[in-house]
Formats: sequence, C-alpha cells, structure tokens
Amino acid sequence: MTATSAVSTLDQVMERWEPVIGLEVHGQLLTQSKMFCGCSADYIGSPPNSNTCPVCLGLPGVLPVMNRVAVEYTVRSALALNCEIPERSKFDRKNYFYPDLPKGYQISQWDMPLSLNGHLTFTVDGAEVRCGITRVHLEEDTGTLQHAGDILQQARSSVVDLNRAGVPLMEIVGEPDLRTPAQAREYLVRLRQILVYIGVNDGNLEQGSFRCDANISLRKHGETGLGVKVEVKNMNSFRAVHRALEYEIVRQGRLLDQGQTIAQETRGWVEAKGATISQRSKEYAHDYRYFPEPDLPPLHLNAEFVDRVRAALPELPQQLAERLQRENGLSAYDAATVTAEREDARAFESLVAAGVPAKAAANWLMGEVARLARESRTPLPGSGLGLEGLASLIKLVEAGTINGSTAKELLEELYLAGGDPAAVVEERGLGQVSDQAELERLVDAVLAENPAAVADFQGGKEQALQRLVGGVMKATRGRADARVVTGLLRDRLAP
Amino acid sequence: MTLARDQVTHVAMLARLGLSDEEVERYRQQLDAILSHVDRLQQVDTSQVGETAQVGGLVNAWREDVRGECLPAEKALANAPKRRGDHFEVGAIQE
Amino acid sequence: MSWETVGELGARLRSGETTPAQLADHARSAIESLASLHPVLRYTGALTEHQAGRAARMLAESPEQAGPLCGIPFAYKDVLCVEGVETSAGSKILEGFIPPYTGTALQRLLDAGAVPVAVTNCDEFAMGSSNENSAFGPVGNPWDPSRVPGGSSGGSAAVVAAGAVPFSLGTDTGGSIRQPASFCGVAGFKPTYGRVSRYGLIAFASSLDQIGPFARSVEDAAHVFTAMAGHDPRDSTTSPLPVEPVATQLARGVAGMRLGVPREYMAEGLEPGVRAAVEAALAQLEKLGATLVEVSLPSTEAALSTYYIIAPAECSANLARMDGVRFGLHVDRQSLTDTYLETRGQGFGPEVKRRIMLGTYALSSGYYDAYYRQAQKVRTLIAEEFDRAFETVDALVCPTSPIVAFPKGDKSDPLSMYLCDVLTLPVNLAGLPGISIPCGLSEGLPVGLQVIGPRLGDAQVLRVARAYEAATAWHTQQPPPLPAASEAFA
Ligand SMILES: [Mg+2]
Ligand SMILES: [Zn+2]
Repeated sequence: MTATSAVSTLDQVMERWEPVIGLEVHGQLLTQSKMFCGCSADYIGSPPNSNTCPVCLGLPGVLPVMNRVAVEYTVRSALALNCEIPERSKFDRKNYFYPDLPKGYQISQWDMPLSLNGHLTFTVDGAEVRCGITRVHLEEDTGTLQHAGDILQQARSSVVDLNRAGVPLMEIVGEPDLRTPAQAREYLVRLRQILVYIGVNDGNLEQGSFRCDANISLRKHGETGLGVKVEVKNMNSFRAVHRALEYEIVRQGRLLDQGQTIAQETRGWVEAKGATISQRSKEYAHDYRYFPEPDLPPLHLNAEFVDRVRAALPELPQQLAERLQRENGLSAYDAATVTAEREDARAFESLVAAGVPAKAAANWLMGEVARLARESRTPLPGSGLGLEGLASLIKLVEAGTINGSTAKELLEELYLAGGDPAAVVEERGLGQVSDQAELERLVDAVLAENPAAVADFQGGKEQALQRLVGGVMKATRGRADARVVTGLLRDRLAP
Repeated sequence: MTLARDQVTHVAMLARLGLSDEEVERYRQQLDAILSHVDRLQQVDTSQVGETAQVGGLVNAWREDVRGECLPAEKALANAPKRRGDHFEVGAIQE
Repeated sequence: MSWETVGELGARLRSGETTPAQLADHARSAIESLASLHPVLRYTGALTEHQAGRAARMLAESPEQAGPLCGIPFAYKDVLCVEGVETSAGSKILEGFIPPYTGTALQRLLDAGAVPVAVTNCDEFAMGSSNENSAFGPVGNPWDPSRVPGGSSGGSAAVVAAGAVPFSLGTDTGGSIRQPASFCGVAGFKPTYGRVSRYGLIAFASSLDQIGPFARSVEDAAHVFTAMAGHDPRDSTTSPLPVEPVATQLARGVAGMRLGVPREYMAEGLEPGVRAAVEAALAQLEKLGATLVEVSLPSTEAALSTYYIIAPAECSANLARMDGVRFGLHVDRQSLTDTYLETRGQGFGPEVKRRIMLGTYALSSGYYDAYYRQAQKVRTLIAEEFDRAFETVDALVCPTSPIVAFPKGDKSDPLSMYLCDVLTLPVNLAGLPGISIPCGLSEGLPVGLQVIGPRLGDAQVLRVARAYEAATAWHTQQPPPLPAASEAFA
C-alpha cells in the first residue's frame, strides 16, 4: 500500500491500521465512609480539608481499617461483570511521591485482587462485542490538586485538598478487546449503567466519580502482536472518550504512515483544543515497589460470603430489558431505552404496577417526561407531579377522559408545581366531550358553516376532511376525541 | 555483587532523598557491604516455603461502614509548613 | 522515692501520704538531675498537670476502683503520639510536629490514671541499637555515661534505670526494648505482635513494631502491659482474643515448666561475662524446678539478613509521608521534586537514609524476588522453627544481647551495629512475646536474660521472668551515682 499524504482521515487510517483499545475505569463507591477511616465518602461541596482525619491526612502513627461495605460493593460489581472471586485476596502498597497522595503510597491491590477474569458483552451497530475484564480491584482515591495557572506544567505552585483522599475506589481493568471508538464508548455506557444499577456508583463522569483512562495502540490488520501503546487521560464525558480515541487513531496512524515510531507515553485530552497532549516526559520509569500492606490482614472471602453478595445482586439492565420485552410486550428498542437509566426503569415498573399500560408508560417516560426532566433538571421522582401524578394523568388519557393534547398541557403545568390531575380536570371541566348528541350537534353546525370543504371532500379530496375535524375540535376547545369526530363526519358525509 | 553508583542514585531518586556526592559514595560502599552479608539469604532453600507478610494470622479485619468524626480544617492544617487559605501549598509540579 | 515500685507508690497515694502532682514533680526533678545523660527531649507540661489532677480525683472518688497505675508518673518514647504534645521521633524532619490525636496505648494509660511526665530520647524513627542516632544527641548509660544505653528506646531505659520514674514506654521492632533493658539493667517487655495497639506509634516497620514497658520489676511491667493490651478497632492487626489475666500467672513459679535453651543463641560471639551470667541464671531456673531442654533454631543466622530486608522495606514506605507537605520540616525549593529531595535529604539522619535506601533497593524492580520475597520466605521458616520449639517447651531462655553496653562511638560500621540485635530480632520476625530482665553484671555492667514465649503467651513469659526475679536480687541493683553535673559537662 502506498503511503498517503499526512492528512489521512480517520476512515483512511482505519483502512490501514487496526486500533487496539483497552479501558481502565475508576469508580468511587457509594459508601457512607471512606475506605480506611470514618470520614464521609461524600466529599463534594465540603470546604477544603474539612472532610479529613489523622488517618486520611496520613499523619505519622495512624493505621487504616478497611470498610466492609466497600469490599462487598467491589465483589458485587465483580459478580455483575462475570468475574471470579478468589478465596484469598490482599492489599498492597503502591509507592510513589505526589502531593495528592498523603502517605507516599496508595493502598491498592497488586497480585491478589478481589476478582479476576470477567467480561462484558454488548452490541454496536447490530454486532455483539465481548470485552474481557482482567480484574476488578479495590483501592483508595487520592486528594485533589489545584494549580495556580491553567496548565500544570506552567503553574508556579499548587494547592492540595485531601477531602477526597481515601474515598473507596474500584478499578476495573478491561482487556484490550475493543477495536473502535464506538465500541469503547458503548463499553463505558454499559459499564456505567451496570454500576449505577447495582447501586455502587453514581456514574458521574463530570465530577469524576466515574473516570476512564484508555490505552490505545495501532497494528496492521490481521496482525496479532501489539504496537506501542499510549495512555490517554483526562476524558470526562463519553463524547470526550470517543473524540480522544479518534484523535489518537489519526495521530498515531499518520506517524506510522510516515515511518515514525510511537512514543510510549501518557497523553492528556484537552477538550478545548480537541487534541491530546503529551503529559510526561518519563525521566524516571515508574517503579511502584508494590509489597503487601502490613497494616491490613488479608481477605479470605469464602463461598458463603460470595453467595450472599450474589443473592443480593439486583437485576442487571440487560436482564431487566429482556424481562420487559417478555412480560410487558415492549419492543427491543423501547425496552433498551426505558432501561438505559435506572431511575427510568424504576419509574416504568411502578407506572405499570399502578395500572398504566406498558406501551403508554414507555412512550410518556421517553417522550414528554424525559424532555421536561431534562429542561427543568428535575427527575420525575423529585418533581411535584411525581410518579403517582403521572400514573393518574396517563390513566385519564387511557380512559378517554382527556385527550392527548390536554394531557401534554397538564403535564407541562403540573410537572414542577404538582397537583392531582383528576381533580384539575374535574375543576376546569377539561374532560373530553363524549356526549354523542352534543357532538352530533357540533358536527352539523360545522358542516353547515363549511360548504366548500364539504364539496371538496365529496369531490374526492380526502384532506378536506381534516379541515372539518379541525373545526369541530376548535369548537370544543380541543376536548373532543378526534377519532370519534372523524367517524361522525364520515357518517354524515356518506353518500 | 558490587553496587554501581548509578544504582545508588536511582534508588535515592525513587526514595526522594537528596544526597551529596560523598553520601552517594558512602552509601554505595555501606549498602554493598550490607548486601553482601544479606546475600547469604540466597543460600536458604525456600523452594517449598510460603511467604510471611504478617504473623498475626488474622483475616477480614474490617469495620462497619459508619461515619466518624473529622478534624476541623484548622486542626488538619495546624502542622502545615506552607499553606494557602485552607489548602496545603506545594511548589511547582514539573514532572 | 524514685526507686519505689508501682505497688509501693500506689500504697502511698492511697494513704494520702503523697499526691499524683507531688510524684510527678519529683519525677520531673529527678529527670532534670539526669540532664548529662540526655535521656529526655521534653516535658509534657500542661498534660502532666491535667492528668495529675484527673488521677487525684479518681483516687479520691473511688480508691478501690482506681487501678494500680493511677497517679503513677511515667515517661514515653518520642515515637508515641499524644494530642497537643510534640512528637518528633528523634528526627529533625518531624521537629515541632504536634499530633492532633492520642494513640490507643497512651490513651489507655491516661484512662488508667497514669501521669505522663516526659518524652524520652530515642534513635531517629527507632532505628538503632545504641541511641546514638537521635537527631537531638545521644543518650548516656546510667551505669557508665560514656557508654550507650542501647537502643532504640535508650532514653526510656535510662530514666527507669536511673530511678527517675517507675516505668516508661518503649517500642521494639528488632530488640529496641529488650536490648536497652539489658544494657541498663531493667525489665523490658515486648508483648506478642498484635497484643498492644500500634495506633499512635510512628511506624518504623509495621509488621514488627510493638509498644511495651520498661520497669524495675516484672510485676510493674505486667501492670503496664495489662493496662495497654487488648483489641483495638483502630489497629486491624490487634488480636481480637481476650487478654489472659496476668496477675494470677505471676505467682505460679516455674516448677514443672520446660524451658528451652536455643543452642544457636549460646554459640560463639557471646562475651564471656554475658555467658557466665546467663548460665548462672539458667542454673537458678533449674534450681527453681524448671526442666532445661536444649532446642535448635537453625535459621537464626539467616534472621539478621531477613530482618535487614523486611524492616528497611517497610520503613521505606512508612517514612514516605515525611514529605514536607502536611507537617514537619519543609525545605522550600522552586520545584516540588527538589523540595522533596531537599526536605528528606536534610531532614533524615544517616541511619534512616541508609535504611530507606536499603529498603527501596530491596523492593525495586528486578530485586524484589531475590531480596524481599526471599526474606518473606525465610521469615516463614523462622516462625515455623519457633512454633516447633514451643511444641516441646513452655518458654525459651537465653541472653538478650551477646554483649554488654559498649562505649559510645565504638560501632561506627553499620553492619557491626546491626549484629547487636542478632538475639532479639528473630522474636519480632515471629511476632512472639519476649522480655529482658537483669541477671547479673559483667565488668560492672548489667547483663540481660531473655525469656521468649509462644504467640499470645505473654503471661507465660512474665511468669518465668517473675519466678527468676523473685529468687534473685539483680533487679534491685542500682547504677552508681552520676558524676556531678559540672563534671559531666567537663
Ligand atoms: Mg488504580
Ligand atoms: Zn479520614
């Protein structure tokens, strides 16, 4: 193949090169307290260094004590990701100096992690992808740094806040089984969905409670060896992951096309530039000098423990979607959409339980309710209307008491303000005009007022009927059932 | 075995110990002597032996997930040699 | 007053003849008169007053309920954290550090009404066998100020040996309680690993460190041990098993007990005076009805190498937090890396740097298997040999140190200093309880007898030691009076 110019597009690069992508995800666990001390694991919004104690400050003389629930959450996650849980596991010290790491080592897991050998399957463009999961292990989060100046390398000084230091952090190391940015993105979407479903992580990429680093290298199609890999960091949205990987594929592909070699390095995604930039000139290769954490006895998780965690594992999104198709007759598409967010799935199930037909529940949730939730930044359970109100509103439509457009207006009005839809309908007389005699009278009046439309219809212009239906709806201020009106008009105009 | 000077400087950098040239040479000689004594460990047959990291024999020493008290930020920062507001301050991070 | 035991002082407190504040005052002036030995780095000031008042109230409210330590003054090693009192671990890098919390062992003593008076000098971060590694100057031995008191808890041993306080606290990672106890002629007890909480102890080597008492009698050491021992939810390595009551064990004597004498501990290398004193002590124990059995601990020789890999490896990580960011010395440089290098380069003394270097090397890529992993395996062999010995004997008896207190400056070569710990450090590697008690003099200097027990056999160790002590008078030997202050400084 002839080398092309230095401006190959993504597609051109991907024709010549196969990307090999592996993702490493760090997820903070939704425990009450930190991994090794009693400070709150929910540090967001605390004044600097106020969510700390001698243990997470790494003062001389203190000792870690592990959080049982953090261990359980990690095992729960590992089981949801089809991992094996070895009986024996332990913590190790990972040694390096950095100001956000108070002890000069991170308590992490090295050669005996809590879990191994899992996988995650999902579909992209109709094709099933299976990504291996090397391991899921438990460690502690670091503190946070702020730099005077935008760019780390140019900052004259930095400041340290240790509120986050010691928050339980689960690391999910994926195998390099992903081949496209789209697959990487979908892997992350599914992984996040699972963790949120099982209640161990809040899935917030922006605030960094769900973080992703990517390893990416290119190789010739058909080759099995691996190229020099680059680690990409600082991607805090799914979109950023997608864009950063596309960028790297093009960057690396062009270099390789020019016969250059790829430097093994860490690069950071800079959103504003839409580019990755080199972060570290590795003066010293990292040597973390892992060794067993002497302050923490090892873990011995017997089958009973693992079974108990497995038994408490909630239904996973894929299982739920399948069940909704089976039990509620939803289409695959509707089921996937309704189960994308755990809150939506819960709302759907309670609407159905309240007697709302499944299709209607799905349509309302994914349509108008989703829009209002987004616009008002208020999810349904926290809105004034709430689940109960929504159920009653949809039931009014289903019973024919109000029509769709009235319902939409009511939803808009009551979503934040709250109120009982049935009472409002009653009070304002918003109920549909369903009295047959009244409707017939109105139909006759509209026919009399619109002779031209009548003539058009009888002359074969089917659309003219809509003008007549519109007339009746206008006369009822939208409270008539359009189908009934159409039927009446057809009867009257029948030759 | 003989320890090379650049091994000593490499280890000193890993441990973030600023050593003078004389110190590097002194530690090179002393570590060399200690390590050649320690090398007798290699003669012990441990092919059938497991590793001991701890002697207490305990497992699963964990606590319940309960919040405890934090230090007020003022106390957390009381020993800080350099601070800016309620933060610890450090010099420029140039890796 | 100073030579009285905890029991005698307690009786005087209860009779109203003296008060905790008076005892603390006496202790303080006694310590001041030891200035030439430099065993103490600072006084505990307001805390002393506060605790003396608290102890006085406890004694007044219910003298029966107040335990044996209530109102008794003591000193503790400069590696134990007490809220509001400077703790520097004998190091420039921690000079001025004031912990915002109190460690568990100390808290339990405070709750028992004991009255801290002073913080004792020690080897920097407890690394040393002579107390010459303190950043604040060496400590002298009360028996001969030109000689070392042993280390690393030299100051704690010296204040008890000189009669300034009836007990003190030290820490023992490879012999740092037992060896100075031996050199200074007092009782020094290292409990089973995990029996006393390490929370609040500035770590040297986490899998080896234990806090323990110095006292002038085994009974006093037992009182202090009992007050501190037991499970601590803040230290995951403490044993959840209940602490066996010691008091009832102490009086039982050694008749019928089988005591092992490790052949390797009586091998060449023992000073003749030490050998003679220990052999006499063994004969005494036999006379008291114990059966002596020779046992073998073949991995003893490898223990020193094992220890000098594992302890430095752990310390290299434990001391990484001394980085000039949150506490302690900070040498300001423009870049963070230079700040780290200078702060740690200037803040740590030569022995600490040597061990950090050694430990970092042993853990580093390419050397881990040959050094660290191999040391961990040999550690298994050492622990198993002890276990096997305890299948046939109740306790082991042997010298604490092959030598008596040596002159300051005598062991400038690190390796020769490390060899001082050869009879104590295997006990730490196996996590066993061990005590050193005075068993004679060699050329006018104390010799220590070491008693080692099986894991959690703390009461057993104290029982053997007490039986020996009850039958002999070595523990009542006092060092000669110190030269007058003017002479000492001349
Ligand atoms: Mg990690
Ligand atoms: Zn904390």
